[in-house]
Amino acid sequence: MSAPRTLFDKLWDSHVITQREDGEALLWVDRHFVHEGSHHAFRKLDEKAAPLAEPGLTFGVADHYVPTRNRHVIGDKEVAGMVDRLSANAARHGFRLFGLDDPAQGIVHVVGPEQGLTLPGLLIVCGDSHTSTHGAFGAYAFGIGASEVAHVLMTQTLWQRKPKRMRVTVSGMLAPHITAKDLALHVIARIGANGAQGHALEYDGSAITALSMEGRLTLCNMSIEAGARCAMVGPDETTFAWVRGRPYAPSGADLDAAIESWRGLTTEPGSVFDREVAIEAAEVVPIVTWGVSPEDALPITGRVPMPDLADPARAAYLADALGYMGLEPGQKLSDVAIDRVFIGSCTNARLEDLRAAAAVLEGRKARVPGLVSPGSSLVKRQAEAEGLDRIFIAAGLDWAESGCSMCVGMNGDLVGAGERCASTTNRNFRGRQGQGARTHLMSPAMVAAAAVTGRLADVRDLPTREG
Amino acid sequence: MERFTRLEAFAAPLGLANVDTDQLIPARFMKRSRAEGYGQFLLHDLRFEADGSPKPGFVLSDPRHARAKVLVAGRNFGTGSSREAAVYALWDFGIRCVIAPSFGDIFASNAVKNGLLPAVMPESGVEALMEALPGVGYAVAVDLEACTVRCGDLALAFSVDPVRRLQLLNGWDDIDLTRRHLPEIAAFREARLAAQPWTMPRLGAAG
Repeated sequence: MSAPRTLFDKLWDSHVITQREDGEALLWVDRHFVHEGSHHAFRKLDEKAAPLAEPGLTFGVADHYVPTRNRHVIGDKEVAGMVDRLSANAARHGFRLFGLDDPAQGIVHVVGPEQGLTLPGLLIVCGDSHTSTHGAFGAYAFGIGASEVAHVLMTQTLWQRKPKRMRVTVSGMLAPHITAKDLALHVIARIGANGAQGHALEYDGSAITALSMEGRLTLCNMSIEAGARCAMVGPDETTFAWVRGRPYAPSGADLDAAIESWRGLTTEPGSVFDREVAIEAAEVVPIVTWGVSPEDALPITGRVPMPDLADPARAAYLADALGYMGLEPGQKLSDVAIDRVFIGSCTNARLEDLRAAAAVLEGRKARVPGLVSPGSSLVKRQAEAEGLDRIFIAAGLDWAESGCSMCVGMNGDLVGAGERCASTTNRNFRGRQGQGARTHLMSPAMVAAAAVTGRLADVRDLPTREG
Repeated sequence: MERFTRLEAFAAPLGLANVDTDQLIPARFMKRSRAEGYGQFLLHDLRFEADGSPKPGFVLSDPRHARAKVLVAGRNFGTGSSREAAVYALWDFGIRCVIAPSFGDIFASNAVKNGLLPAVMPESGVEALMEALPGVGYAVAVDLEACTVRCGDLALAFSVDPVRRLQLLNGWDDIDLTRRHLPEIAAFREARLAAQPWTMPRLGAAG
């Protein structure tokens, strides 16, 4: 009998076209998402005068650079050129583009699942590291660079070496107000920003099964911040319910056959992982980051770390990070005043995220300015139908169009130098949200709590309508 | 792609851990065409003051390191965004090899595709190298055949994925390799769509 296989083993095996003696395998790509930042790759295609191999499996989204306000006229000529170039490439090569004026435009990692393009069992790539997001469906999804994007455009395949297998099992149940974002930051703080490097990461356990699709997407999204090559959650009834009725998802008998096949996407008992991490869900509390790497994360009830004099390298890192962040060692995190908030990004701008933030903001005023950019134009419309936009606006926040926006600061939505931003995004890297910007990562409800208190705050101290 | 075999060059001791690709090239420069080179943007915000003058004390501001072809860094180098522009910035500056205890996976892959060697050296080796560099005028010899870095009397081993090592040694281009497999790719496609038609998007490209 053959050895029991993990979910990842099954995903890998089903995509191998051929295996080289050196161990690299040529893998079939089921979905390729491109965006306006993919222009280097399209140039490589032109240089080789090669056609696009699979227009029907290639999907374009304008998200990284697009304006979130007054978007019909793009003031920045370079950005306008990139958006136009993506449209021209879509027209020339014949692939579907969710362009700036498309009612379904949004952030690529929100649009894919929303449209039913992301499905269990698929291999999905995009020239963006947060492609790990799509693994929430039990897909094999990972980010690639421009050379690999060009390779997929030309061949619909990729050479890969099989990553090692890692499992994070989260037992018990997350407490009220504790979200997938808190869990993700908890995991990264525990294993480090390179803790899952070289590994395909599978999440399992009762706390994972209990997560909504939105929560699973957030968790898999953030796994790249632990260095994971890809991340995944085994598909189940929650997954199938999400897929049903989506525009590009199978329907009717095709869907029945698909679900039958997806039910086999499980890790078999007795499977061996190269690394296992066990987490008790009850130990996870609301988390904020204090430094310049997502691993610099602590419970909101904690204090900024003190330098460990026994470890000079660590002490130097700390001094440097705290200098950039403008924080004092030992300072209470809940005493840190903020200048603005941002609710958005492929990590935390889905409907569930906006609802959670709005629940805290309802009937309250933000003490600082802030921007809310929904994950997609469809999320925006649904949020407006539910009146969430009015809650954000009444609280004093800006309600904008969808795009990567202030997470990556490419479209002009920037945090000023020295300004401190409570953000639902994924990276607190130096300068990520703008030159000299100071980013604190946290969940949407925690960002809302920071907005109404004007400082990093524990959402559990703020009663909401829902309790 | 350029082949990488041996490199005798100056090494700049960057030292920092978690140097992410947002720092290697800040996003605001990536709209530009690469025609004029991305080297001026390498580590831009660590390297330059707001007025464009070099930050004193930063390693690449030191004229001794202007011609460096090797960068020595701390763990988790190239973490974060998949932007291959981070490799372009290193390459256009003149860097051909980065030595660090660990690398972001996507960065390491992007590096090799452009002929840049991501050499994995244990923390202890990196520390020894950082200490030894000033004494030898920052000169090192990187040998990819032997997987060693020589620095004065010091010989330090590094590792690199064996497949990537061969690609670098031979200067192989993936796409040329893949094209030899076109019949297998076509057969795979046909079999997959026959057995699992649901893997095709339901709406056609016209949407």
